[in-house]
Amino acid sequence: MFGIIARNLLKGSRSEAVSEPGDRAVQDLLAKLHAAARRRLGRSLAIRQVDAGSCNACELEIQALSNPLYDLERLGLSFVASPRHADVLLVTGPVTANMREGLLKTWEATPDPKWVVALGQCAIDGHLFADSYAVVGGVSQVLPVDLVIPGCPPRPADILAGLLALIEAEGRPQAGVAASTAGADKG
Amino acid sequence: MTVDRISLTDFLAALGTPAARHEPWPRFELSVEGWTGLRDRLAAVPAWSLLGLWGETGMVHLALRDDTDGDIAVASLTCPQQSFPSLSGVRPAAKRLERAIQDLTGLAADGLDDPRPWLDHDRWRLRHPLAAVPGAPLGEPAPYPFLPSDGEGLHQIPVGPVHAGIIEPGHFRFTCQGETVVRLEERLGYVHKGVERLMKGRLPEEAARLAGRLSGDSSVAHTLAFCLAVEAALGVTAPRRAQLVRAVMAELERIANHVNDIGAIANDGGFAFLLAECAVLREQVMRTNERCFGHRFLMDRVVPGGIAVDLKQEGRQALADLLPVFAKRFRKLVSIYDAKSSLLDRTVGTGVVSSDLAHRFGAGGYVGRASSRGLDARRMPGYAPYDELDFQVPVLPEGDVNARVWIRIREVEQSLDLIAQILKRLESGPGRAFLPESHAVSEGMALVEGFRGEILAWVRISDGGRIERAHSRDPSWFQWPLLEAAIEGNIVADFPLCNKSFNCSYSGHDL
Repeated sequence: MFGIIARNLLKGSRSEAVSEPGDRAVQDLLAKLHAAARRRLGRSLAIRQVDAGSCNACELEIQALSNPLYDLERLGLSFVASPRHADVLLVTGPVTANMREGLLKTWEATPDPKWVVALGQCAIDGHLFADSYAVVGGVSQVLPVDLVIPGCPPRPADILAGLLALIEAEGRPQAGVAASTAGADKG
Repeated sequence: MTVDRISLTDFLAALGTPAARHEPWPRFELSVEGWTGLRDRLAAVPAWSLLGLWGETGMVHLALRDDTDGDIAVASLTCPQQSFPSLSGVRPAAKRLERAIQDLTGLAADGLDDPRPWLDHDRWRLRHPLAAVPGAPLGEPAPYPFLPSDGEGLHQIPVGPVHAGIIEPGHFRFTCQGETVVRLEERLGYVHKGVERLMKGRLPEEAARLAGRLSGDSSVAHTLAFCLAVEAALGVTAPRRAQLVRAVMAELERIANHVNDIGAIANDGGFAFLLAECAVLREQVMRTNERCFGHRFLMDRVVPGGIAVDLKQEGRQALADLLPVFAKRFRKLVSIYDAKSSLLDRTVGTGVVSSDLAHRFGAGGYVGRASSRGLDARRMPGYAPYDELDFQVPVLPEGDVNARVWIRIREVEQSLDLIAQILKRLESGPGRAFLPESHAVSEGMALVEGFRGEILAWVRISDGGRIERAHSRDPSWFQWPLLEAAIEGNIVADFPLCNKSFNCSYSGHDL
């Protein structure tokens, strides 16, 4: 173990940076996200993820953002355990009828101002599950949505791009009840 | 107990009439007397294990396997009285399946001692969505009555459905005495998406996309099980190249999940180093998946009849780049796990599942194999190309978190070797067989070994080539109940460790 730690220390961070060869798009995104997070948020954005009916693929890609290659936390974006600590609710899945109340309660427990991001095609419009008796639809059927991140599931790079767009956006986060954004509606 | 030897198939053949087209194993339609006779027989023959139990409009089906000789058969019961005799007394894993059947079809399980609904939280737009005439919801959802625990100084801890981590939703109700868990009761169904009804009337290609999203981490395994069932029903065999490439995908999926779990279990034991290192290995597999097949989870790459995306030269190169490096790094991480006594102190002897329980619930995958139940669908019943490949099925008797880690470690090693064997056999050829346009109504079934364990898929296809009824039974159905047993007598702080060592699917279970 100490061998690996020593090598990691000597070789430098394994996290993807502009100076390293690798996925150029991901590196660019990380650099931009870093700059934007520093400028606009003072490197502090707390994200609470809510699975409102996902198949778990979206969760795994969000988890991947914490692996050493992406290491989202070094940019000042962190995943928090309680909605009370959160600035952003990152919601996945078609909202199932059985999870609608849980999602609403989580949103109510999140202090204002707050953003809601619908992550994945299911969260945008219900995707393949839209017509089900057990599904309410996209997140915008239940909550005001500020941003959508498409994909089935969106790759970590897509999620980075989405979070960057959120931070770069001019608008202030939502307070209280607001109308849902255009484009996030079902259909 | 002495029981005269009669095979499962012969026993059912004597009780009922065979269904016309059910492949590759027979299905028999039983009378109520036949069903109760079978129930009594199940009490006497524990080796006849439950593979699945599902309903449709006015009918229930029971899939069984004789674990001693691999004989597989399905028994069916038409329910004109809208009820069927419960099997939960002889197969405890049937209990939740029967509660689900009641919720979905409206058929009543006679003798089931738990009247509470399971998947239906009275929030759906319909009641009994798979019944001939679905009803309206009951109205105001009532609070769920958890089972009582009596005793001095007991307190309850409710957890979920929204959990603190980036994981799926479900509710855990702990009853504790001090630090010690006296009882855990799960309540699931939160991510029920009504997949079985959505599949109805679809073409197999469309329904396969739904199968690939039953549990995202097992997309290949669930799609493969569904496609093998469709192919069995239609009398189609995927070309050899497709069989081999499917197996490459399935093993990549197994490796990615197992290595992720090993890291996450270590992290829940307070050892973040392994999480970081294992997460890098997982990410490398996911990126290789994308290079090889254009999708990190390999969704929609397995299709009825074969594969949608073939492995090209660049993909073979990506695999050649990955495998040796992965194997070397993984070996190192395993030796670190094995030498870290403070971590082993958390995993050894924690969350024990007895071999008896694993057998009684028919638990597969690492949960079963860490508790002496050494079955693997790649071996029994077996499917191409595994019959020609050389691999071991690891089995351990301890049944604790540590044993479930070691089963995963051994399986990653086997999967790495399997991919190498498959690549050597890969010859050029077609990647897809065409499905017949017209066909008599026919049924097919398949068992596939996903990373969690055996997945059962069953379909009936109409003469117009559309899905009439499809059912997928995720391995989690037979593992979730054992988690309740594993945590008993452990401390609350060890629940994340136990839970992660099971890593059951919520979505795959809730359907």
